[in-house]
Amino acid sequence: MAELRALVGVKRVIDYAVKIRVKPDKTGVVTDGVKHSMNPFCEIAVEEAVRLKEKKLVKEVIAVSCGPKQCQETLRTALAMGADRGIHVEVPESEAERLGPLQVSRVLTALAQKEKAGLVLLGKQAIDDDCNQTGQMTAAMLDWPQGTFASKLTLEGDKVTVEREIDGGLETIRLKLPAVVTADLRLNEPRYATLPNIMGTN
Amino acid sequence: MPRLLARSRRQKSTGRETEMELAAAQLLRFGRGALQLRRNFLTCLSSWKTPPRFLKSSQSEALYNVSDNGVTFAPLQTFTEEEMMIKNMVKKFAEKQVAPFVAAMDENSQMDKSIIEGLFQQGLMGIATETKYGGTGASFFSSILAIEELAKVDASVSIMCDIQNTLINKLIGRFGTEEQKATYLTKLTKDTIGSFCLSEAQAGSDAFALKTKAEKKGDYYIINGSKMWISNAEYAGVFLVMANADLNMGYRGITCFLIDRDTEGFQIGKKENKLGLRASSTNTLMFDNVKVPETNILGRLGSGYKYAIEMLNEGRIGIAAQMLGLAQGCFDYTIPYLKERIQFGERIFSFQGIQHQVAQAATQLEAARLLTYNAARLSQTGKSFIKEASMAKYFASEVAGLTTSKCIEWMGGVGYTKDFPVEKYFRDAKIGVIYEGSSNIQLNTIAKLLGQEY
Repeated sequence: MAELRALVGVKRVIDYAVKIRVKPDKTGVVTDGVKHSMNPFCEIAVEEAVRLKEKKLVKEVIAVSCGPKQCQETLRTALAMGADRGIHVEVPESEAERLGPLQVSRVLTALAQKEKAGLVLLGKQAIDDDCNQTGQMTAAMLDWPQGTFASKLTLEGDKVTVEREIDGGLETIRLKLPAVVTADLRLNEPRYATLPNIMGTN
Repeated sequence: MPRLLARSRRQKSTGRETEMELAAAQLLRFGRGALQLRRNFLTCLSSWKTPPRFLKSSQSEALYNVSDNGVTFAPLQTFTEEEMMIKNMVKKFAEKQVAPFVAAMDENSQMDKSIIEGLFQQGLMGIATETKYGGTGASFFSSILAIEELAKVDASVSIMCDIQNTLINKLIGRFGTEEQKATYLTKLTKDTIGSFCLSEAQAGSDAFALKTKAEKKGDYYIINGSKMWISNAEYAGVFLVMANADLNMGYRGITCFLIDRDTEGFQIGKKENKLGLRASSTNTLMFDNVKVPETNILGRLGSGYKYAIEMLNEGRIGIAAQMLGLAQGCFDYTIPYLKERIQFGERIFSFQGIQHQVAQAATQLEAARLLTYNAARLSQTGKSFIKEASMAKYFASEVAGLTTSKCIEWMGGVGYTKDFPVEKYFRDAKIGVIYEGSSNIQLNTIAKLLGQEY
């Protein structure tokens, strides 16, 4: 389907290897000066989108990130991995704390309609809040079918077959495009950007 | 009296200086006794009146960079976005693709092919090479960061990356003809490893006493001799060999030749069984009437010694980065252990004895880091950086030795076993004070430059 556009959501979170510390006033977690990186599940989603593009099943991969201006680093990483465009929805630092799945899914809904995306790929959850809501909410708002916890994704014509990891084991469903898919751990092994790609995202 | 005041006018005056001068002048004004005292002073002691700190080094002023924009005051750990991304990428690569093989590579003294391929695929073997030759075109500082990140996992992989980037690519890039660059740089960024061949059995620190000969025969040179302690030789495809084209000229005859691996008469000898850096091959090379065309001379005839010195200056910063990464990797491994291990009902990290030692090691590590980063940044500005590079290499390698040794101590019995990686870091660190200019040579260089300043 050379016409298909994939919208991939990426979130900037505290790096998984960092030791989390609670703020002294107990209102949250220390984020200042702490190493941040792309949510691992979002990396898997980007990797899947880029692989689909390499198989020529997707025409364009658009990466989206909502948050303060540091999100641009995350977008650059997505671009270095192979995404074609990056959209940064800027949210001022002061309001970034109140940004949750509901708000983000509204943004993604609007963007999916504006960019005429046929496939929205997200990570199943973010490692900082573990909400596991954005994908499902976005699908509901768009009124599109959803395939969550995907461990295998196959695009065939205007349908997508998703193998889901559920509590009881594996479930295979077939969705009609446009659809929302959220990536689980075993979907793929994300690539690291090669040096030339990193330089190219200048 | 007039002499003292004249001196204070001549020197750059800060408020404190002139005050001291005036005070000294006033003391001497009181009574002839004081004047007599002055005359009896030995001339070398008369400098107490004008303490040495006012006689400034010619060097230290030149480096202060006054500027209006705040950028020059940023801390040394400030990286550009690109450099940050490269650092993150190499870190991931090292942790995912290199780490699983480290123990086996050390045991078998063999570098895994997948790592060499991975290094090329990620663009890590041509970091600062121009894009038209297949390189990445990133800054020298990016190479330093890459070398450091690799060394945190395995110093042998790091040295392979270091030699390729800071010695081989730089030499050919700077002194090669367009043709040589097109031929070799494209190969070196794609799949060929390079090897730098200077040392011989009788020529280590005294590198210019090398005896490998190059005799001119028409438009060929015939090379005879042998080399020792050559890194990467087992895997390299192109060798930069320093041979003397005219032994009568002494070191001014040393010329750099580009020799391909499968040249007739060129043999790679056995691999050394080393204490550390075992995955990196170190071999002897034998040259038996090896024919090298004249077009394979890198740069000018007889300028090989100059190129070697210039390249080794930057290579030193690379080694400093390697030692830094090694020490940091070892340190990062040890501290979580200290926070877990319980003795006498407490975590050993809570004992002040341990805390003090850890703090000292961390401070030295930070100092080594700043020396290295500053030398790297300096080399990019085009200002002289030889002293700083020597200091960085000397300090980083010494600190690596101290830190890794301490890490074994802190880990206790398990630190002493091969089941844990700290003993490997300790063995790998030792070469730091030996190669690419031993510590004594570094100190000589620093002292010589200091002597020129004052």
